[in-house]
Amino acid sequence: MSHRLKPDQYLVLLAVMICAPLGDSCLKRGMALLPSISLTHPGALIAAVFTRWIALGIALLIGFFASYLAALSWADLTFVLPATAFGNVVIELISFFWLHEHISWQRWLGVFLITAAVGFVAQGPSLTTHPDQHKASISSATEAL
Amino acid sequence: MTGPLAATGMIAAIVLASTAGEVLIAAAMKSLGDLDDIRAHSGLLGAIRAVLTSPLFFAGVFFLALAFFSLLFALNHLNLSLVGPAAASLTVITNSIAAKFFLRENVDRRRWTAAALICVGVYLLAH
Repeated sequence: MSHRLKPDQYLVLLAVMICAPLGDSCLKRGMALLPSISLTHPGALIAAVFTRWIALGIALLIGFFASYLAALSWADLTFVLPATAFGNVVIELISFFWLHEHISWQRWLGVFLITAAVGFVAQGPSLTTHPDQHKASISSATEAL
Repeated sequence: MTGPLAATGMIAAIVLASTAGEVLIAAAMKSLGDLDDIRAHSGLLGAIRAVLTSPLFFAGVFFLALAFFSLLFALNHLNLSLVGPAAASLTVITNSIAAKFFLRENVDRRRWTAAALICVGVYLLAH
């Protein structure tokens, strides 16, 4: 039994791929704008949460976690894992195209390998169906008819 | 000075706690069923309530928190360039093994190949 994804489920996986690296980037940008924070003044960390970039970063990370939970409710963990790893690729692309950082050939090779891994897994079924579950779904479909 | 045995122990603690957290959360979501269906029947609040009343979910969050604090502890003693790629790439492999044995997922050759590619890819991205 093949489990192919619906278009809105691909959107959830896209959110898993994009929200985490964008959220981390927003946190990084927000923290860089603030003066150095000492552990002797933890109140400054609380105040940082309400700054624009940090708040946006936290919202994106909440979005990532919600999408991740939704994806795990209809797909295998080993199907969703490559999507989370693809976040590393998004960070490299942001670094190259937005921050104009130099990317070494080893890092481009890493980008290629992770992208290939996502492609490999996306070709297969998203969910494991055990024989007992398969029989149960057939009998419930029969009863419904 | 942190010896190789202590460094291995710190990285192993991160990997094991992270794997336990991911597998427990995946098991919690599988036991709840498709969240989109729950949301269609009970609304967004119903879906949130279903997640927040799952003991497995909280067990998973506990282990992820443990992994986070293990990471902080390790970063206090070891270099990020060692801990980051080692923990990230090993977690992919242990998650695949745990998913096969505890979640009974069909981890076929395609998924093992993907896990190996991600493992090497994450290592390369750190250099």
